[in-house]
Amino acid sequence: MKKKIQILGMGCPKCNKLYAAAEAAAKELGIEYEMEKIADINKITDMGVMMTPALAINDDVKFAAKIPSMEELKKIISEAK
Amino acid sequence: MNWKDEWKWLAGFVAVFFALYFLPVGLPRFDGAITEGLELVKWYVREHVVLCLVPALFIAGGIAAFVSQASVMKYFGAKANKFLSYGVASVSGTILAVCSCTVLPLFAGIYKRGAGLGPAIAFLYSGPAINVLAIVLTARILGFALGAARAVGAVVFSLVIGLAMHFLFRHEEAAKAAAQADLPEPEVKRPLWQTSLYFASMAAVLVFANWAQAEPSDAVFYAIYKVKWPLTAFFAVALGVMLKLWFGASGLRLILAAIPAVLLALFMPDLPILSFSAGFIGLSWVLNSSGEGELNDWFSSSWDLSKQIFPLLIGGVLVSGFLLGRPGHEGVIPSEWVAWAVGGNSFWSNFFASIVAAFMYFATLTEIPILQGLIGSGMGKGPALTLLLAGPALSLPSMLVLKTVMGVKKTVAYVALVVIMSTLTGMFFGAFF
Repeated sequence: MKKKIQILGMGCPKCNKLYAAAEAAAKELGIEYEMEKIADINKITDMGVMMTPALAINDDVKFAAKIPSMEELKKIISEAK
Repeated sequence: MNWKDEWKWLAGFVAVFFALYFLPVGLPRFDGAITEGLELVKWYVREHVVLCLVPALFIAGGIAAFVSQASVMKYFGAKANKFLSYGVASVSGTILAVCSCTVLPLFAGIYKRGAGLGPAIAFLYSGPAINVLAIVLTARILGFALGAARAVGAVVFSLVIGLAMHFLFRHEEAAKAAAQADLPEPEVKRPLWQTSLYFASMAAVLVFANWAQAEPSDAVFYAIYKVKWPLTAFFAVALGVMLKLWFGASGLRLILAAIPAVLLALFMPDLPILSFSAGFIGLSWVLNSSGEGELNDWFSSSWDLSKQIFPLLIGGVLVSGFLLGRPGHEGVIPSEWVAWAVGGNSFWSNFFASIVAAFMYFATLTEIPILQGLIGSGMGKGPALTLLLAGPALSLPSMLVLKTVMGVKKTVAYVALVVIMSTLTGMFFGAFF
């Protein structure tokens, strides 16, 4: 199944960094994926995230307020359903 | 040609063409203003970058890397004790709001999913005003009184405004069913006292390196001034020992990194800035060569902040010098205009400063050179504090985002509270200092 990788953040430098890192991780895993940026503050809050940047996969928030290492990112993305 | 998009380029070219065509080169005021801009940037770079901004950036980066932000977040949950929520909200900007783009999502989260409107507003207000970099630079460039008034004012204000907002909208708050947000679990890596000591040493390096020259009549300050470099060195060594013991830095690398700084201190004692710079370069090398982990996070946080803040600050200083000139000199804008609008300490001056500051957008920290220019051109101390209190907390863009989060009515109430309170506090401060 195609994984929808969502980056939550209002466009700060860290959010862009996480976006790039997550995309690179997904590419290296060689899975089918699509990237989505969620910048609407109300949507971010409704997903239960207070601290950006955060990453969600198929609308399920995986972590917030950090940029994990490449290895960790790959693990999170490959384990997500 | 797709003129729907291309017209912007054309409009831009035309605007630049006419601006250059009529460039008033040779006009004394214009040429003078260019010189002022360059002089001001030169002064900034000489006086404030190495000794003040660089250590402050390392401290701010350290806060981002070592202070568990999640441990603060638990005070903002829906079930948290309300007194604690307000208290923590009013001071947590120091830890949480290192980057201003994190303030708004946090605000929305606390408001909708956490402790509610009052604490959310308290956090929103104090966040941008009391981050470490802002306070350090304000005190250093605009004077200790304004720096302290800014820090204290921001904390007190945030409590009063938060409580006032809660009171105004208390019926809505009671009706709102609180939904709990998922708060990240805090990760504890070392006891609090170790982290505190580490930050205290960093702060000591910053404070003593910047200790101002004092008159011999001022016994205590003069005595400290005499030994400011040994004191700075002492705390730098203490920092090195802590990095080795608690943060797992390599002892050999720390010693290697310290050698150039020590040699420069011994052989070039007249230029402590060289030794100081060598010390920070050494520290950067240790942090970078320590592999992936906390120390590396520390450096990359500081580095990201530097990339974000330096261009803005240098650009802000140039523009501010061009428009307003150094203290005692004039830029493009005549001093009489400034003195007319915000000179003295009248209600009108303070109110004007408050309104303008509330709507204007100040990029991170640029409020400081701008204010310096304004004070040099005749702005009163009262309106200066007013601007510091109303400015960074509010801007037209942030008001628009606030409107989508909490609606027009609450946004208007918040803006009105900030404007009125800043005006009154500015007048009060201006009357005494």
